[in-house]
Formats: sequence, C-alpha cells, structure tokens
Amino acid sequence: MVIDKIKKVNGTEDEKPHKNTKASDMLVGKWVKCDACKEILYKDDVHKNLSVCPNCGKHFRISARRRIKQIIDEGTFEETYENLPETDPIKFDGYLKKIEALREKTKIQEAVKTGFGAINGNKVVIAVMDSNFLMGSMGSVVGEKITLAIEDAIKDKLPFVIFCVSGGARMQEGMVSLMQMAKTSAAMAKLDDEGLLSITVLTDPTTGGVTASFASLGDIILAEPNALIGFAGPRVIEQTIGQKLPEGFQRSEFLLEHGFIDKIVERKDMKKTLAQILELHKN
Amino acid sequence: MSKKSAWDIVMLARDSQRPKAKDYINSIVDDFIEFHGDRYFGDDKSIIGGIGRINGTVVTVIGQEKGSTTKEKMERNFGMTNPEGYRKALRLMKQAEKFHRPVITFVDTPGAYPGLGAEERGQGEAIARNLMEMSRLKTPIIAIVIGEGSSGGALAICVGDRIAMLENSVYSVLSPEGFASILYKDASKNKEAAEKMKITAKDLKELGIIDDIIKESDNQEENLEFVSKELKEYITKTLKKLNKLSTEDLLNLRYEKYRKIGKMEE
Repeated sequence: MVIDKIKKVNGTEDEKPHKNTKASDMLVGKWVKCDACKEILYKDDVHKNLSVCPNCGKHFRISARRRIKQIIDEGTFEETYENLPETDPIKFDGYLKKIEALREKTKIQEAVKTGFGAINGNKVVIAVMDSNFLMGSMGSVVGEKITLAIEDAIKDKLPFVIFCVSGGARMQEGMVSLMQMAKTSAAMAKLDDEGLLSITVLTDPTTGGVTASFASLGDIILAEPNALIGFAGPRVIEQTIGQKLPEGFQRSEFLLEHGFIDKIVERKDMKKTLAQILELHKN
Repeated sequence: MSKKSAWDIVMLARDSQRPKAKDYINSIVDDFIEFHGDRYFGDDKSIIGGIGRINGTVVTVIGQEKGSTTKEKMERNFGMTNPEGYRKALRLMKQAEKFHRPVITFVDTPGAYPGLGAEERGQGEAIARNLMEMSRLKTPIIAIVIGEGSSGGALAICVGDRIAMLENSVYSVLSPEGFASILYKDASKNKEAAEKMKITAKDLKELGIIDDIIKESDNQEENLEFVSKELKEYITKTLKKLNKLSTEDLLNLRYEKYRKIGKMEE
C-alpha cells in the first residue's frame, strides 16, 4: 500500500516527517536510482542496507557521520579537532567563502572527521574522510587533523584506522596542500617507528595525493569492493595513452590482483573484519 | 635584474636549453658513478642515481633528468618518473643511510608518469613510500628544485632537511595549465594561474615551503657555470651545518619542518 510505504519512508532516521505535504510530494526525494544497476530503490531500504544497493551490491559513497555509526560502537565516539580554523594560504579568490557556504550546506566542518572510539570494544583513533566536502580533497585542515589524529594514536599507544575517500590534494591551497602529503606521511612513519598498528581502508574514490601518501602506508590496507583507487585520474591516463582504459582498471579488484591491497571487504563485514584484525594485534 | 612574471619563470624553468640534472652532476660531482635499477622491475632513465664527491665529501646524488635531444627526451620519458624510478631512488637513499653519506636530489619533472603501467605497478604506493622513508632517513638530505617541480612526482624525491630552488625554477601542486582548466575552467588562463598559484622560489620561500633560493645568471650561456658554482658552495655550506647535528636532532628538526606547514590551533 502506498500509505504504508509513505509511513515507512517518513520513519527514516535522517529526515523528519513533513507534515501538511501531499503524499506525492513526500515521495519525491525518497527514491534513489542505483547508478550501477539502474534499479529504483527506497532510500530507506538503501540506508538500512548500509548504503549498499540491495539489488546489485554497489557500495554508495557515504558521509563520515554514517560511516562512524556503522563502524564505531554506539556511544563511544569522541570527536576531536572539530573546529580547526580554515586557512587560505594562496589567497585564492572566493575560497574561504566557498568553504563557509559548504559548511552551511553540508553541516560538516571539513573533509575529515577524527576522534577516539571503540570497534567491538577495541579502542582506536579513527579518521574518516567525507566526499561531500570538496570531494574529500586534502588541504591544510585535512592534513592537520589526520596528523593530529596519528599523534594522538602515538600518545595513547592506540591503533590508527583511517577511511579514505579523496580526489587528492586541494588545489585551492597551492603548495601548502602538496606539503600535507609529506606531513601526514612523516606522521605515519612515526606511528610505524612506535610499533603501532595502522589500518587504511580505501573507498570510492581514493586518488591523487591521498593515494600517494597515508592511504598507501597502512600496515594493513583494506578496500571496499569496486572502489576507484589510483594516483592519476582515469581521464588523464586516457589522454596520455590515447586509448580507452580497460574495464575494471584502477578498481579494488585490480589493485588486489596487482598486490597493492590486503583484502577487499564488503561494507556489511567491515566492522567485524576491523575488530578481528585489532584483536589479533592485542598482546 | 629585470622583473619576471611567474609565467616568464615557468617558461624559463621548462626551457629545453636549460641545464639539466646530468649537466649539474657532470659539473659539480667528482668521480661520479651511476647505479641502475630498482631491483624489482627495471631501470627508469628519468632518474639518474649514483655516488661521487662534492668538494671532497662522498654523497649519493639522485636527479630527475628530462633529457636534451629529442632522442634522449624519449629515452628519459621527458622526466616523467615511473614507480621503478622512485623505487630506484629509495634504494639508493637507503644505501646512503647505510654508508652514512648525505643525499642530494635534483628535482625536475612535469609530474609522475600517468600511464597504464605506472598505475599497475603502484605509482601512488611508490610516491607514498618515498615520502615516508625520506622523512626518517638517518642521513642528511638536501633537495634542490632545478627546473620544474610538478606535483607528487616532484615531492617524491623532494623531502629533506633543506629544500632549495634555483631562482628560475617552479614548484607547484599541479601545472598552471591544469590549475587553470580545473579551477578557472579555461586552460588558456595559464598565465593568470601561474601568478595566483605561488610557485616561484620567492613566493615559496615567503610561504615557508622552501628554505633557500640559489641565484642564477641572467646570461643563459654562462648559467651552467654560474649555477654550478653556487650549488657547490650551497651544498658544501649546508652539509657542514647539517653534519653538526646528531641523527636524533636531524630527524626531529626534519619532522618539525613539515609538521608546521599548515598547522593551526583550535
């Protein structure tokens, strides 16, 4: 029944019921088309399925907030460095305004959330990138938060887990953004020197300066299925070689085959896989 | 000296007549012997690596080489490094660490090679590994941008205790053309982008990204000789300072150097 469907739709965790709107209006925006299998899906069903298409298994991009909810034990997440101020190192026209507008629109502060939390009781420092904020690009705030999080892991002798999603360095910050690659990689080196565990999880898409820094430096590197992972973007490579790229190029399965990731993990198994790895590193 | 625009400097930095890594190695490194290969896949000719003496001190030298003639440019892939090039560089740097000799790098690349094979062989991993290992290499590292230092492909051999740039070189997060086409949606705004991006030695020194600027001669014909002399003096003087530090201090200072870029307080 339509009414049941509407009730179901209105009961979603994210959106409050719209009172005094027509049934037809209520349904607008409650449906989503899977861009892989083209099936029309209830958003609610998709969310309940961890934002994975119930029909074809496509892993949709998810917000850091939703990811943390999926991975971190309820009530254990303590967010850190939420309000680092933005910088505008090359005074790029309209950059700070754009950031401000994005914060307003997305209700998130930057392209990464960091904090402490537990995964099935295993305490970790976690960082989760968010593609909703300038495609997860790494500028000075993102680089700083990730570095601070790694330093927290060192201070508290905790494992460090990071979910990566990024288009690469944030061009609007010029060379300062490129330097965040060196900064975060140096922090990963320190973490490594301390004998602490790092797990990086590559999700769709992980490219450019993030692939070429901390994302590739985990002791253990996991990836979600079919995520685009690479250094150069597919279009740039196509222009260079003057031909279309083969199917599946730069996808998780391709990287697994070429020896660059440890394991592909479906979203439904991610929490327990992380917990299993964490427990195997306890002594 | 005439006032050059950022784009003028880009053109100078890319000039095919400009001295390349090989030229500087020939003119300032005595008894240089080149070593090849990454021991995993192959030998990337976009990177020249080896050992020799600068003013009597044995050093490991790693330089990106674009090539001068058309044939050589092809052989050297126009200075666009593949993963095996970065891995060769890292192998030689680890060897430098073992034998306690400093590392000098010459950076000159339009970027890491964006090819099919490069991705298959882990371009991202190769660059990341170098950033990580260079940040903790237990021997002094001086990196010098001699021409075009473009993006992660340049950074992968440009982490160290002192970063210097030749006066007419550029160092950028991507090319001005790329920046213009992505952020201005108009690749022809490359000159404007070059100005805006802050990619010259002077701008980057002000931003705290690099430490020193090495002077060049206005006369292109005598530039190799002029710059070689400056480079030799700079490297000798800087190594003297770095050699006074304990390894622990050296590494702590190196960490701090990067740690403070883009640092802010809540």
